[in-house]
Amino acid sequence: MNNTIEIKELSVSIEGRSILENISFGLQAAGIVCLLGPSGCGKTTLLRCIAGFEKQHQGEVWIKGVRVSNPAHQLPVEQRQIGMVFQDYALFPHLSVADNITFALNKQSEKAVKQRLDELIELLSLQKHINKYPHSLSGGQQQRVALARAMAPRPGVLLLDEPFASLDVELREQIARELRLILKQDSITTIMVSHNQLEAFAMADVIGVMNNGQLSQWDNAFKLYHEPETHEVADFIGEGVFISGEVINEKEVKTEIGNIQSFAAHGVEQGKKVSVLIRPDDILHDDDSRMTARVRDKAFRGAEFLYTLELESGVRLLSLVPSHHDHPINEPIGIRLEIDHLVIFPEEA
Amino acid sequence: MRSAFKTRNIMLVFLASLFSIPLFVVLGSVLFPEKQIWAHLYDTVLFDYVGNSLSLVIGVGVISLLLGVIPAWLVTMYRFPLSKQLEWALLLPMAMPAYIIAYSYTGVLDVAGPIQTSLREIMDWQYRDYWFPEVRSLGGAITMLSLVLYPYIYLLARAAFIEQSVCVLEVSRTLGCNAVDAFRRVALPLARPAIMVGLSLVVMETLADYGTVQYFGVSVFTTGIFRTWFGLGNSLAAAQLSALLLVFVVMFLYLEKRSRRQARFHHTSSRYSALMQKQLHGGKALIALVLCAAPLTLGFIIPVMFLCDWALETYLVVLDKDFYLLLFHSLLLAFVTALLAMLLALFMAYSNRNDGSLINRFLVRFVSMGYAIPGTVIAVGVLIPFAWFDNTLDAFLRQHFNISSGLLISGTVITLIFAYLTRFLAVSINTVEAALVKIKPEMDEVAKIAGLRPVSILKRIHMPMMRGSLLTALLLVFIDVLKELPATLILRPFNFNTLAVRTYELANEERLADAAVPALAIVLAGIIPVIMISNSISRSRAGHE
Repeated sequence: MNNTIEIKELSVSIEGRSILENISFGLQAAGIVCLLGPSGCGKTTLLRCIAGFEKQHQGEVWIKGVRVSNPAHQLPVEQRQIGMVFQDYALFPHLSVADNITFALNKQSEKAVKQRLDELIELLSLQKHINKYPHSLSGGQQQRVALARAMAPRPGVLLLDEPFASLDVELREQIARELRLILKQDSITTIMVSHNQLEAFAMADVIGVMNNGQLSQWDNAFKLYHEPETHEVADFIGEGVFISGEVINEKEVKTEIGNIQSFAAHGVEQGKKVSVLIRPDDILHDDDSRMTARVRDKAFRGAEFLYTLELESGVRLLSLVPSHHDHPINEPIGIRLEIDHLVIFPEEA
Repeated sequence: MRSAFKTRNIMLVFLASLFSIPLFVVLGSVLFPEKQIWAHLYDTVLFDYVGNSLSLVIGVGVISLLLGVIPAWLVTMYRFPLSKQLEWALLLPMAMPAYIIAYSYTGVLDVAGPIQTSLREIMDWQYRDYWFPEVRSLGGAITMLSLVLYPYIYLLARAAFIEQSVCVLEVSRTLGCNAVDAFRRVALPLARPAIMVGLSLVVMETLADYGTVQYFGVSVFTTGIFRTWFGLGNSLAAAQLSALLLVFVVMFLYLEKRSRRQARFHHTSSRYSALMQKQLHGGKALIALVLCAAPLTLGFIIPVMFLCDWALETYLVVLDKDFYLLLFHSLLLAFVTALLAMLLALFMAYSNRNDGSLINRFLVRFVSMGYAIPGTVIAVGVLIPFAWFDNTLDAFLRQHFNISSGLLISGTVITLIFAYLTRFLAVSINTVEAALVKIKPEMDEVAKIAGLRPVSILKRIHMPMMRGSLLTALLLVFIDVLKELPATLILRPFNFNTLAVRTYELANEERLADAAVPALAIVLAGIIPVIMISNSISRSRAGHE
């Protein structure tokens, strides 16, 4: 077992309600994983179970080759060698930034503490703030202090619970990229929890999409978007609509907007009814096209419009169109298909 | 608009001046030195007063801290048998005035009490054959006061622990702290400002106590003030001694403020996940149970049991016509004072809301200071100017109209109510202000836009939102007046008795069993606000049952 963290068939239920079911995954040293899912999917419980704040009734958690918990035995939180950054950072309000960061180093020599503190304030650019108190820091600064505090004792694994939820929306992606750089620089194995896919895309090497207490898919961002393995993942990641189709052969599906060809067809039987995922970037606006759809709604996004289009049959599609193509509502516009990744799921009864 | 503004301000200044008369009289007394008396006091008892007061404050402070903080932490963080019940029951000793617990334990532990009697019977000892702790002593007074004052610290410490973000405690665990470290390094420092506020209340109450120390024969400031006035017959020296006591109070309040430096820590976290209380088992559960049950048992259950026992013996004799008259007097006095306090508080709080100028805020704060002044001191500060006013008026009328007005206000219930208001107005002001803050100015604006007239706004928005708090304000002052002893003792009209005074008189006549009925009546009344306080803090935190 080479993985820094290994989760084996983990199940958790709280007060008789099943929260997590049979979760397994492993993460190599210095990897960054994001557990992504809607609120209530169990991702935070999973994080807290790894930290030791929740007990599982089945399965094991291994950190750095040590089994830290199974249903019968739980290593106390403080002995698991984890670092954790909470959603609201939970900085100690009675301690200065420096004292917050060195909180866990109280058993080390003064020299060692000083050295580690210097490293961290350098890494996280906190030089100007070491003597301040948490309440006088901005959200981004607080986050960096919380991160430094968690990193100080060199934990085996770092856990981040919705690390960007308390930040301004405009800052999140930028800070996520910076944070990724810092974690990579220090080679820290990280598990992060988020409900925001853009944060997950910006931060993680690999993303675990969770739904109803189960791990739906474990993949990188590109594959999750273009090759979702379940209907729920396809729904949750990115925008898009499902339209009905019928499988003609391995590489072709017939739909009302034409036959769709792709190399990435799943092994579905011929003649089967399927749902086909159509992303907004699959539908191109083309004034010369014979196929038209009526504009039903539009959202201005700066560089482009997201149009909601309606076909003759009443089926609706989404389309991203450069924003100089400004069409009024109810106007029919020409559209063309361009699909690289065919995503189909058996039609539900 | 302009004239209303002025009238209100003049009223506010008038009220502030009126209720600061006692304070200024006491402080002003130092301008007229009574050298002879002070030389006498200096040679005899002054060092006793200072030394005993200090020992009392330090002793009560330390013991109350232990009795308050440890159970607060245990019931907040852990589950063990009876922990849910102890959570509120630990507040019960608050209902017990210190002088009543002192009477109870004297009855229990004295030479003739049940414990020593059975000891002698079982061991076949004679009186003075054995050593037994003397309850009527400095140590006894420290114990008694600690047992009924620790709930102030418990209350504030628990509120602080509950208020702390669980995340802060959890994060300390991920940083290598075990449960004890997390308490010592995070929870306790964070709760310290609140605990210090609790401690300052304990110190104030300790310095204000008269009933306990008088009964136990411990010479402190309050008993000294009584003795100087009524023993030496010197009201000015009594006022000067009061001023010295005030210096003590102010000094402790200053130390408290300084030790807090910042008013409170800004909580960095607004998220409250539900408190995860850890279940304790076996020996640990037993230790927690004992630590939490001990203050409750000693501070409430045992004294109440004995009071009930004595009350059952004596109630047939005690419950006569005089007692009902006494009860009526007490309740009426408490009710009238509480009502007046509420009305004055309403006026001041609304003045502040409509015109929150610095001067208005200062005046209201100033009036609230009365709570820190011991009842004995207030009584001295009230009696001197009122007697002067009566005498001056009488002399004037006699000289010019040849009639005598006698004692017009001193020695009447008015004096007494005025003294109560000076001391307890702060209680109703704080309650009413807290309620008024919740009515945001925007709500008034919304109502105005909806076309409501000021009277309707008051009736349909303010009254429904304030009703509960006004009732609380009324009740808190009511109970405080019912329990008040030293000011009542000094200022009550001739032949006018209250429950507290009657309890005191009977105890001092060594009729402890007879004192049980009025004492129990006070304790029972005192339980009501304790339950209210307990309910309001349980509700204060989302996610905490």
